[in-house]
Amino acid sequence: MKVGLGEADRIVVRGARVFDPQVGLDRVTDILIEDGVISSIGDLSPSQQAQVISGKGWLVVPGLYDMHVHLREPGQEHKETVRTGCAAAMAGGFTGVACMPNTDPPIDSPGVVRFIREQATGLPVEVYPVGCVTKGRAGKTLADMAELAVEGVTAFSDDGAPVATAGLMRRALEYAAKSGAVIVEHAEEPSLTSGGVMHESAASTRFGLPGWPAVGEEICIARDIALAEYTGGRLHIAHVSTAGSVALIREAKRRGIAVTAEVTPHHLTLTCELLSTYDSDYKVNPPLRESRDSEALLEGLLDGTIDAIATDHAPHARDEKEVELISAPFGMLGLETALGVILTKFVQTNRLPLERLIDAMTVQPRRIMGLPPVRIEPGARANLTLIAPNEDWVVDRSQQSSKSINTPFHGWELRGRAKGVILGQQYYLA
Amino acid sequence: MPDSAPRDSRELRHMLGLDGLAPAIMTEILDTAGTFLEVLDRPIPKVPSLRGVTVANLFFENSTRTRLSFELAEKRLSADTVSFSAAGSSVSKGETLLDTVRNIEAMKVDAVVIRHGASGVPHFLSQRIDAAVINAGDGTHEHPTQGLLDIFTLRKECGRIEGLKVLILGDIAHSRVARSNIFGLTALGAEVKVCGPATLIPRNVESLGVEVASDLDEGLKWCDAVNVLRLQLERMNQGLIPSLRDYQRQFGLTREHLERADREIVVLHPGPMNRGVEIDSDVADGPFSVILEQVTHGVAVRMAVLFMILGHEREEGRG
Ligand SMILES: [Zn+2]
Repeated sequence: MKVGLGEADRIVVRGARVFDPQVGLDRVTDILIEDGVISSIGDLSPSQQAQVISGKGWLVVPGLYDMHVHLREPGQEHKETVRTGCAAAMAGGFTGVACMPNTDPPIDSPGVVRFIREQATGLPVEVYPVGCVTKGRAGKTLADMAELAVEGVTAFSDDGAPVATAGLMRRALEYAAKSGAVIVEHAEEPSLTSGGVMHESAASTRFGLPGWPAVGEEICIARDIALAEYTGGRLHIAHVSTAGSVALIREAKRRGIAVTAEVTPHHLTLTCELLSTYDSDYKVNPPLRESRDSEALLEGLLDGTIDAIATDHAPHARDEKEVELISAPFGMLGLETALGVILTKFVQTNRLPLERLIDAMTVQPRRIMGLPPVRIEPGARANLTLIAPNEDWVVDRSQQSSKSINTPFHGWELRGRAKGVILGQQYYLA
Repeated sequence: MPDSAPRDSRELRHMLGLDGLAPAIMTEILDTAGTFLEVLDRPIPKVPSLRGVTVANLFFENSTRTRLSFELAEKRLSADTVSFSAAGSSVSKGETLLDTVRNIEAMKVDAVVIRHGASGVPHFLSQRIDAAVINAGDGTHEHPTQGLLDIFTLRKECGRIEGLKVLILGDIAHSRVARSNIFGLTALGAEVKVCGPATLIPRNVESLGVEVASDLDEGLKWCDAVNVLRLQLERMNQGLIPSLRDYQRQFGLTREHLERADREIVVLHPGPMNRGVEIDSDVADGPFSVILEQVTHGVAVRMAVLFMILGHEREEGRG
């Protein structure tokens, strides 16, 4: 079995537990992929002309999809490029990523969309650029959303910042509604959060660091929910981080408003007290909150208030992060640790069913982004993630595929990790 | 609070803050400062305790007083010193800090006294260099030697810290002096209340073990000592207080306030003062003011901190 990138007309995955709750599949068996399409699922006789992947002890699931990553290209290639970001995605078990438009230039024209897609050709990862809501992400006028939609862009966001005004958000929701696109909101009210570097809390008071209060997120979500209800547009709240936000979204869903939400592995597992070391790898936007918030996020994930898990993978160069905390940029890596962290902290501890993990990391994000579902069934294009659920490993930031090393999970002992991905005829094996 | 907080003064490698510092170590520092205070009264106020030790004073933010106080403390202990002031320079912050780390490593100094406008910079340095790091004020976080000298002064004036009632008055949210006082005083058994405009009282301040006094008169009736903080005039531009006049009326410490409280209240101020704003001149220069004593004590306390961190190591080295 070859490790690394490869391409083959015939691929056989042998003896793995194949798990796809969407089609009621859960058994140890073989999968045959011919010309990029699953041709049969069942015990196969040995074949010479195939790339054989021994999947003994492994889990094969529909390809994971991360609906929120930052690939930094164009403009900040010293942090990450589309290709290094894709390498991190493959290593983390993702076959698809949606990349946020806060690049330089931002993703507000067809040319940038095409450029990014071209960088990712020939890899078993599909890159879906998210378009800007406003031209240049400047928060003044709407971007040419229809023109971007022609390029296949299905989601729009000014991520890194909220859609600047209620008026613009109203227009964006109205405009996008026609094409069925979704507006992805980075919920933050700047007049409440400006200067804040961590969650406003007992901890920020103790550490003498300017606070970014929970209400700074919640007030923006409340605004957007009201606008989604008024316009009938589709709203998606990125990286929900507070208990109050979960309650707002739960209530909005109960009332039938078209709102969805995502949560990150770091908001589920880390809290603001970690800033006691002033280590900028813990500086993220929205900030790490309190354990009661993390608990509420998990509850929201379990009851469906929060639809998806997304990483908000945000690479930054070491010299930009290795500074005083107030000057360091926000953001942490996520692609390579997400699966391991969720498996270790929630699935292995029986707090999250494996079925819900698959739902939150592949089914829901694709649905929200308006992409066709990925299923493991004969006739479907191969789109698979291979997982070693019982492999123990230690996160080592020097061994990652990302160009940057700003992970807060460095040194964590995890159980379960991605072993590879297959997308059509292309595959990657760790 | 550092995980590896020293329990014994021999484990004291840095002075990053008073948060989590063992009360026994604080008491030992105060006692040591007492003996150094006597040294300062000698005809030749100098001891050889840190001969051969090199201390770098790195001041990334203006503070003539603290810097002079540290430099004097180092000289009184016979240490070699170099000083660097980068305040006002326009170099990119990140570069400066990393360059600083590399330079300190290359110079092989024994200790770094650092003042920086960003919270946590001393912690950042202590994780990356071998030298001892002494926090001379970091952002809105801590100013541990100021806290210790305030506590030293209170102990000398009032004879005790345990059970003492201390009111901290002014901008609590942005004050490193307030934090170090709160951490140190509460750890040593004092009772602390804070008082100031609601916009300058940090949320969850009670989690630090203090109460909020609803107004100045109430606080003064309660306390044995009041520590008046300097008001940064920029807070007005940030919209945190409506006007200086408004602040002065509600929270400026005047003789009338002290008379109304009708008890002897020790008055501290870390300096420099905005006379007529947070404190009136007749209070600052009045009979209960210990503001100049604080300055003298500052040298002794800093000598004690330097000696306890750097002196032990040398003794072990010699042994
Ligand atoms: Zn964001």
